[in-house]
Amino acid sequence: MERKKVQGDRKNHQVLLYALSTCGWCKMTKAFLTDNSVEHEYVDVDKLDMEERELVNKDIKNRGARLAFPTIIIDDKTVITGFKKDKLTEALGL
Amino acid sequence: MTSLEHIKRRAESNAKAHGYFLNPDPDFLNNLLEGLNENEGRYGYGACPCRLASGNLEWDNDIVCPCDYRDPDVDEFGQCFCALYVNQEVFQGTKPMEPIPERRSQAKIDRAMGKVPEPIQVKAEMGEIMGTNRKLYYCKVCGYVTFREEPPHKCPICQAKQEMFGEIILETELKIR
Repeated sequence: MERKKVQGDRKNHQVLLYALSTCGWCKMTKAFLTDNSVEHEYVDVDKLDMEERELVNKDIKNRGARLAFPTIIIDDKTVITGFKKDKLTEALGL
Repeated sequence: MTSLEHIKRRAESNAKAHGYFLNPDPDFLNNLLEGLNENEGRYGYGACPCRLASGNLEWDNDIVCPCDYRDPDVDEFGQCFCALYVNQEVFQGTKPMEPIPERRSQAKIDRAMGKVPEPIQVKAEMGEIMGTNRKLYYCKVCGYVTFREEPPHKCPICQAKQEMFGEIILETELKIR
C-alpha cells in the first residue's frame, strides 16, 4: 500500500494519516500537519483497491477505533478519529 | 454551467427547501463541493465526500448526498457528518463546527472496506401476510411510495434510478395466548 510522505521539520513523532481525497475534514488535517511542519505519511483510502482497503479496516479496528476518516495514528499507539485540533496539538506537543 | 456549479446550486436549493444552510466557511464549502463533484464523476452519483463509497449504488444509497443521516445529525449536532449542511446557529457561528460521530452502521461501512456483506434477513413481510408478492417501496430521493413486486426502473415522479428505492418493511407480531 502506497504511503505518501510529507517532509517536515518536526520529526519527533511518527504520524500516519488515513484519509479520503474528497473529504473536507481530511484536507484540513493534512493542511494542519503541513502548516505545523509535522513530518507525516498519509494514505488516501478511496484510491485503494478492495484488498488494500480491508488491510486499512483491520489496522484501524485492531487498534479499537471506530472506522471513520480522517484517522490519525501517532507513534503506532495514539489513535485520533476526526480532525480534533486540540487532541492533535496535545499528542504532537505543538 | 459546470458540474461543480450544478452541484452547488442543487445543494443551495436543497438547503433552502429544508431550512438549512450550507457550510459558512468558503474554503471548507468549496472542498466539500469539489469532493462531491469528484464522487459524482467517479461513481455516477454524489456519494458523501467524507465517507468511503463502495461504488455499488444499492449499497451506497444511504450516503448519497443529502444522506439518510443528515436530518438526525443536524437536529443533534447542528451539522451533518461532512458539514455541508448546517443549522442557523452553526451558520452564524454561535455554535462551533466540530467533527461529529459517525451514525452509519459498521456493517454498511464494511461493505466499502472490502468485506462481503452478511445476507440481510427478511422478516415477515406485508406481502406475505396479504398473500401477494408485492412489497412497499419508497423513493429515497422524493419519497414516492409504490406497492409492487419490484421497485420501478425509474421513479415516475423524480426519475431517480431503481437503486435509489428502499423497501419499507412492516413487521407484525403475533401473540398466542
